[in-house]
Amino acid sequence: MNTNTPKTDTCMDRGLGRTAIRANAERRAKTLALLGLGIGLAEVVAPGSLARTIGVRNTRKARSLLVAFGVRELATSVGLLARPQAGLVWARLAGDILDFGLLAHRLSRPGNNKARLAATACAVIGLAALDAGSAARLSRQRSLQKLAAPIHVVRSITVGRSPAEVYAFWRDLANLPRFMAHLESVLVQNGMSTWRAKAPAGASVEWQAEIVMDKPNEAIAWRSVEGTWVPNQGVVRFLPAPGGRGTQVLVELKYDPPGGVLTQAFAKLFGEEPGQQIASDLRRLKQVLEIGEVVHSDASIHRTMHAARPPEISTGKMTAFGKAYTS
Amino acid sequence: MKANCWLGKKRVEVQEVPDPRILNSRDAIVRVTSTAICGSDLHLFNGFVPTMEKGDILGHEFMGEVMEVGKSVSNLKVGDRVVVPFPIACGKCGACQAGSTSLCENSNPNAEIAANLWGHSPCGIFGYSHMLGGYAGGQAEFVRVPFADVGPLKVPEHLSDEQVLFLSDIFPTGYMGAEMCDIKPGSVIAVWGAGPVGQLAIASARMLGAERIIAIDRYEYRLLMAKEKAGATDVINYEKMDVHEALLEITGGRGPDGCIDAVGSEAHSPGLMYAVDRAKQAMMLENDRPLALREAIRACRNGGVVSVIGVYGGFVDHFPMGAVVNRSLTIKAGQCHAHRYMRPLLERIVSGQIDPSFVITHRLPLSASAEGYNLFNNRLDGCEKVVLAAA
Repeated sequence: MNTNTPKTDTCMDRGLGRTAIRANAERRAKTLALLGLGIGLAEVVAPGSLARTIGVRNTRKARSLLVAFGVRELATSVGLLARPQAGLVWARLAGDILDFGLLAHRLSRPGNNKARLAATACAVIGLAALDAGSAARLSRQRSLQKLAAPIHVVRSITVGRSPAEVYAFWRDLANLPRFMAHLESVLVQNGMSTWRAKAPAGASVEWQAEIVMDKPNEAIAWRSVEGTWVPNQGVVRFLPAPGGRGTQVLVELKYDPPGGVLTQAFAKLFGEEPGQQIASDLRRLKQVLEIGEVVHSDASIHRTMHAARPPEISTGKMTAFGKAYTS
Repeated sequence: MKANCWLGKKRVEVQEVPDPRILNSRDAIVRVTSTAICGSDLHLFNGFVPTMEKGDILGHEFMGEVMEVGKSVSNLKVGDRVVVPFPIACGKCGACQAGSTSLCENSNPNAEIAANLWGHSPCGIFGYSHMLGGYAGGQAEFVRVPFADVGPLKVPEHLSDEQVLFLSDIFPTGYMGAEMCDIKPGSVIAVWGAGPVGQLAIASARMLGAERIIAIDRYEYRLLMAKEKAGATDVINYEKMDVHEALLEITGGRGPDGCIDAVGSEAHSPGLMYAVDRAKQAMMLENDRPLALREAIRACRNGGVVSVIGVYGGFVDHFPMGAVVNRSLTIKAGQCHAHRYMRPLLERIVSGQIDPSFVITHRLPLSASAEGYNLFNNRLDGCEKVVLAAA
């Protein structure tokens, strides 16, 4: 099924740099985890001698507290070694702060070695700083990765029209805004198409695309041209549906959102969940081809949630579909 | 115009809202002359249906006069008197072509929400939440009717509103519930719930030739109506006797051939399970309380049919699948494909075989909608069915 898919080289390579940064952040977290493993083992195996080393009075209470802390340290460290994640490092940092608090408390009590305690407290502050740095780095990488992941969507719908009819409708790219909610227009000139879509705050965004495969009545593939701010590509196939039900329209879409404001614009363009957006677009395609128009409800003509009641005079909060009927 | 709006759990209010307009070429605008409160509106009223918005206009049982038609509607003209079916159906998609109009593939603009919950989306419905379309309902002075060339049925002038109004929902729904039971001469049918749909399921079972029909409810006035008006041969008050034992006795130990659940998700029972399901609902662990459904499955004869026309929204617990499999039961269910039944049922009304208006107990003006919901929801004053008339 992928034999006709155009190559993805322009689209999918830019994630690599981020992957390297991420690997680095994970390596640091793992190093800290190894250190934690050592400390935890010492606390669990030899709480008495450890207590002396750090300057705490070697009482039964102190030893059991150290064993408990050791178990905590071991748990977070093993967890981090298995799967470095920001949450666990933040948890370690919370543990460091607790340790520091208890050490500070001991400093004010008799029977403890104050010099050793102070040295230990300094070491804990150092560890906490390392943990904080690592946690912040991991968190940042995680959110960056989330934003930057290339998006790949496959959706399908059955339309009660022949593959030839559906192909012809789609091949006239100017038809696409009739069912793709966020598209304003597609202009075709000299084999190149200019796509214009709505962006937040009333702005528009534009990109150019070329058709890279055109099999009449079977499939169309397109790809944004080099230099577009958001590389994207797609292929739509028109497969005869079993039982004479018409056509199974199968859409595959890939895009690699860049960072920054444009990412947000593009995310908005395809909705929070791009699969859902494409699925809704395909339902509208089915409506247009089976009944000649997009079906509206009293609520659906609005861009945001709106009570199911007739609209007031047209406002800016309506979809392009809604405006067409109320202006 | 004035319209009855949902404002939150147990709060409805008649408000002034903009008049409806044609939004699609196959729309019509209908001036509502009569509308009714449906038992399923009570699920909205009681807050059991998700995706309601404050201000939604309620109502999916209505009829009236055509005021305006879109440019693609050629079979209706201004002034026609029509009853409108509650499912919104395009008439062109695969489901509509197969007669399953409540499964229309094109009429729900919010199909993705429904598909996320149920796997696939059914049709859009007037005044019945946003996941079923976000369409304004018919408890209003005017209503926009999409696909007006497919849904609305013209009705003869000599029949009153009350005689034909229920073709919009509860009569076809009750009829479909009975039809799904594959009734043959000699069939014994039990109907859980003697509300308006249950009454019309009983009346339909009788028209289809069932020999014994057993009505199950806890309100004596409803059981009395079932026996005297709808045609039930036996009644069971589940607060006074054990339903399973009583059904065994009535059916000679066999169980009913067909069991109709006309109760749905807000079932009540005197037993411990009621408290358990109620608590789970309150904690959002379960959407629906399937007490009647469990009982119907348990009571049904080996190889019989359980027909579910009561409305459920999500998930149920303790579903007796063992009984279904080991005793070869068939479960049939559905929102009514009302378009399929309206014309033949109108003929039965015209020929005098049935007058579904027997269920009406309260007639109020639209402006008294809130009172109507209160009467119906709390079964006050012997309330069975409330009809709201345009002022």
